[in-house]
Amino acid sequence: MALPGPRSGQPLLEVENLQTHFRTKDGVNRAVDGVSFHVNAGETVAIVGESGCGKSVTSMSILRLIPEPPGKIAGAIRFQGKDLLKLSDREMRQIRGNEISMIFQEPMTSLNPVLTVGRQIGETLRLHQGLSAREAEQKAIEMLTLVGIPEPARRVREYPHQLSGGMRQRVMIAIALACNPKLLIADEPTTALDVTIQAQILELMRDLKHRVGAAIVLITHDLGVVAEVAERVIVMYAGRKVEEAEVGPLFRTPRHPYTQGLLGSMPKLGSSLHGEETRLAEIPGLVPSLKAKIPGCVFATRCPHTTDLCRQVAPALEEKAPGHVAACHYALKEEALAA
Amino acid sequence: MTRLLEVSDLKKHFPIKAGFFGGTTGYVYAVDGVSFGIDKGETLSLVGESGCGKSTVGKAILRLFDITAGQVVLDGKRIDDMPAGSLRPLRRRVQVVFQDPFSSLNPRMKVKDILAEPIRNFGLAKDSKELDERVAKLMDTVRLPRDAVNRWPHEFSGGQRQRIGIARALAAEPDLIVCDEAVSALDVSVKAQIVNLLQDLQAELGLALLFISHDLAIVEHMTHRVAVMYLGKIVEVAPKRSLFAAPKHPYTQALLSAVPVPEPGASRQRIILKGDVPSPINPPKGCRFHTRCPYAFDRCRVEEPKLAQPSTAGAGHVAACHLHSLPEAENPLAAAVGELVVPA
Repeated sequence: MALPGPRSGQPLLEVENLQTHFRTKDGVNRAVDGVSFHVNAGETVAIVGESGCGKSVTSMSILRLIPEPPGKIAGAIRFQGKDLLKLSDREMRQIRGNEISMIFQEPMTSLNPVLTVGRQIGETLRLHQGLSAREAEQKAIEMLTLVGIPEPARRVREYPHQLSGGMRQRVMIAIALACNPKLLIADEPTTALDVTIQAQILELMRDLKHRVGAAIVLITHDLGVVAEVAERVIVMYAGRKVEEAEVGPLFRTPRHPYTQGLLGSMPKLGSSLHGEETRLAEIPGLVPSLKAKIPGCVFATRCPHTTDLCRQVAPALEEKAPGHVAACHYALKEEALAA
Repeated sequence: MTRLLEVSDLKKHFPIKAGFFGGTTGYVYAVDGVSFGIDKGETLSLVGESGCGKSTVGKAILRLFDITAGQVVLDGKRIDDMPAGSLRPLRRRVQVVFQDPFSSLNPRMKVKDILAEPIRNFGLAKDSKELDERVAKLMDTVRLPRDAVNRWPHEFSGGQRQRIGIARALAAEPDLIVCDEAVSALDVSVKAQIVNLLQDLQAELGLALLFISHDLAIVEHMTHRVAVMYLGKIVEVAPKRSLFAAPKHPYTQALLSAVPVPEPGASRQRIILKGDVPSPINPPKGCRFHTRCPYAFDRCRVEEPKLAQPSTAGAGHVAACHLHSLPEAENPLAAAVGELVVPA
């Protein structure tokens, strides 16, 4: 299998000024409003944020799974130099499940209940690689072995309801990896699972990444999961990217007040062992509605450092440290204060 | 402190009906012999993975169904076999906050009616003026604006709805609130708001909480004691610090080590359990955890361990594991295993 490509040169995926809007009865919902990022070959990039921040819509937009209308995708999504938004439906189908594949959150509902596991893994292989039914089943057994399902030759003939939640998620991963994709989009892959099963699946994803070498875009709200698997992190809030950095600097010195708030509001395991108990930091208020145009900073209504400037002018993404960008007028000042 | 609730050897087996005549073909041993107590003003957390029976315990205490065996004693009175009529006044004292704030509020009732219902039901207000006052006060208590009482549930966000759910539980002036995954469905920043609110309320009102959750970091943050459940049984009970510093059951150890910690590069010793939780219809013989336990030996497969205080544990710390009957040198759980939890 292919080794991760060189880090220099053209990135594998380049998303430029992505705008995914939905037309609704009471106005346009700007679910994603001008998001740009890139993913290098073999890299794991996490997109984090709370419900409604646009992280899932971003991932669905990459695969063009947004129904149009009412949705509308604008901007550019370049995969290996090709703009996916300009491809025909037929060309797009050649890419989905083949070069870019996706793991969904709900292993219970994203498998077809009336087809055997083997058929579902084999489907992509038969479609994209033209394998015969027998070859596809053989490959499906190989894939099940790869994702660590015991007795793969028996399991391949079973139906989803015969498998546990963790095993179903393993099957989802097997389907996603069947055609050796270059990019894997994992949308909350462990959210529906119990912690011990989550640990198994994260371990599997780390292990497979070394063996398969696919780049991963991990969509999640769980900062613990991010810290464990991601190399680079994009923080989204209300449809915009507010911060991006390597995982270490992001957790050590978050620059954007939203990221700081998120990290502060998470209780940490082992907190009771370090002496006195602290209150969790709260982020007051609510996420703003995405239907009204927000002229200033999207976080201004909840930010503890808001000024008039924040309310009037949207801050641009600025490099606050090498490789660390944040969209905040005062992020540098914050840093100076902290020092 | 005084005991508020005492649960002893609680069992709940759900029959499995099959066939045309609906004969019982087996049982789901959802809760199979669970004992614990809660003091006044105390938080006890019940943790475990899906299907371990933690919610069933909560529902049994609320008497949402009849239990199969065992006793539930509230403030000296046995409530599990009490006839419905005499139980009614006692229902006021134990209230519940559910997980999903979207489905646990009646969409056709205004907030003020939702909050007024328990007050009327238990006759806590003399007249409508007092009723309105109480409702307004409840809104203050959960930090919602008073004028929001005339709005419908759909007008609120998830976090605000959960506040309404908490206000409804408080309306009956309970001594104990069962929080069944009350913050699990909320976003991180909102979760922090609700956790802080629950802690404030406990301090203000002296409430006891049974906090049912699978999120160990939240549990550690807000609980006094923890009971860990696995497949219908409690495998370990301990004061918070004692449990998180040195868990004495291999399952608790694995559970703690599996929690992702938001600290990149932290090196931790991780115990990854093999396989899945066995079915509660046909639980394993002996220790229920032996099929996944990394330390299981012969005795675990035949004899069920009882909750006992290991010689290496502090007061109030009990675990159900045969390893503690081994000589200390052979017991892998004897040493403090704090490094499992605290990133190095």
